[in-house]
Amino acid sequence: MTELVDPTITNITIFVLAIFVGYHVVWNVTPALHTPLMSVTNAISSVVIVGAILASGPGTIGLGAMLGAIAVGLAAINTFGGFMVSQRMLEMFKKKEAKGKQ
Amino acid sequence: MSANQTAISYLIASVLFILALKGLSHPSSARRGNLFGIIGMALAIGTTFTITRRIDIALGMMALGGAIGLIVAKRVQMTQMPELVAAMHSLVGMAAVLIACAVVSDPLSFGLESPIPMGNRIELFIGTFVGAITFSGSIIAFGKLAGLGKYGRIFSSAPVTFAGQQLVNLTLALIIVGCGVVFVGADSAVQWPPFLGMAGIAFLLGVLVIIPIGGADMPVVISMLNSYSGWAAAGIGFSLNNSLLIIAGSLVGSSGAILSYIMCRAMNRSFFSVVLGGFGGAEGNTSADVAQRAVKSGSPDDVAFLLGNAESVIIVPGYGLAVGRAQHAVKELVEKLTARGVTVRYAIHPVAGRMPGHMNVLLAEAEVPYDQVLEMEDINSDFTSTDVAFVLGANDVVNPLAEQPGSPIFGMPILEAHKARAVLVNKRSMAAGYAGIDNPLFYMDRTMMVFGDAKKVVESIVKALE
Repeated sequence: MTELVDPTITNITIFVLAIFVGYHVVWNVTPALHTPLMSVTNAISSVVIVGAILASGPGTIGLGAMLGAIAVGLAAINTFGGFMVSQRMLEMFKKKEAKGKQ
Repeated sequence: MSANQTAISYLIASVLFILALKGLSHPSSARRGNLFGIIGMALAIGTTFTITRRIDIALGMMALGGAIGLIVAKRVQMTQMPELVAAMHSLVGMAAVLIACAVVSDPLSFGLESPIPMGNRIELFIGTFVGAITFSGSIIAFGKLAGLGKYGRIFSSAPVTFAGQQLVNLTLALIIVGCGVVFVGADSAVQWPPFLGMAGIAFLLGVLVIIPIGGADMPVVISMLNSYSGWAAAGIGFSLNNSLLIIAGSLVGSSGAILSYIMCRAMNRSFFSVVLGGFGGAEGNTSADVAQRAVKSGSPDDVAFLLGNAESVIIVPGYGLAVGRAQHAVKELVEKLTARGVTVRYAIHPVAGRMPGHMNVLLAEAEVPYDQVLEMEDINSDFTSTDVAFVLGANDVVNPLAEQPGSPIFGMPILEAHKARAVLVNKRSMAAGYAGIDNPLFYMDRTMMVFGDAKKVVESIVKALE
């Protein structure tokens, strides 16, 4: 009973459950917002920046750190650009709402 | 932070990402959703900074990349969204490949054992493979969407096919599997050749799988690459045993997969027929009998008369409208008609733009209220009781041949504009749509064609209404 579960099994558990969550959440997204959905998911997938930061941050500067640094730069374009452009699009959907209330 | 605290932070970030997607279920909650996403990302990055040894390089690169991202996001035109999204997918793919290379070169800094355990090797290999395909495939998709065909045939929006294409792809895939077997069993000393060999072939394969896909299928391709970029992130999460990356990657992966499915269904095409590429033109032409008939064409004044005397109008916008930058003119026309007491609504086909939901964004940009804009399922039954259907720059999505067995587009869900009491169609010319087939809607007795540039035509109609 004291045997530990292999991390891969834990990962697969998380993976399968996350797919189910994603499936149900995404089917509820209104088709009118499918383009913002794509840009938001794009920004979210730039979470690989977490791996890139770890890669860029060992004590010593080597090949790994350099590759990591480049990856941080590429992913950051997505992180900032993705959320920014989503915000811009969603603002457009807001203006009309505000006008309607006037 | 301790490992447990980090894990809790990552869990909170994951929940915020789920809430970000949940917010998109309605325009009124969508901005709050985006904010959740931003907070989740800030938490994820902040937490990671506390567990890494040096942060100066990462901060510098983040400032650089972030500045580029913000500038691009501010400047991009809404018609260019598909290109932007494709370009961004490629960045995620490339980042995933670079991180995987960093892991192979220095596993200790990720808290992995050295040599890397077999399970993590398999995960690394798959993550790199998906990342590489995402990168090169998205570059090709970007080229096709941005109209870079003149710089090279591989960016041509027409399908690029050659003899034995599937065989070449299959052979490359088998070589990749071979590299995988060698990589997983290799010592640290000889692990690079199979790993880099696989990455190189995966880049090539990414190009080869996207070039045969034609311009009309871009909404599927872009959704598919969206999905791949998520799986690539999840793959990296597996190799680093990082639950945040796995959760975020799976959310994105399933989102892209669902969008691909919705787009395929909207075009009545199987996912495999899209991926295998080449569409339109050569198939049996069931519309030969209508091709001979003449169309009835009218002037903008005639259109203005019809619209002005209607009680209900449904506008069917297509991508031609966006290309002609006529959204604002249309909005003005709708305001004029509404002031006269005409009920006007917009009917949107799922593939009306070049990516899912594209037309909704283009109309929102022109400040069209989103409650006037209806999806296909919600408005189709209303065409029969509508006085005028005004088709602007759309073609295949209103082609009644889709209801006729034997037609190349049989079974594709369409907007039933042909059921309206009168149909007005604006087109530049009689040229066929993406599917390359004729459209009997144009030859109906109740149909009047108005030829010309969408923006100019709509502006003349507005003038005539005054």
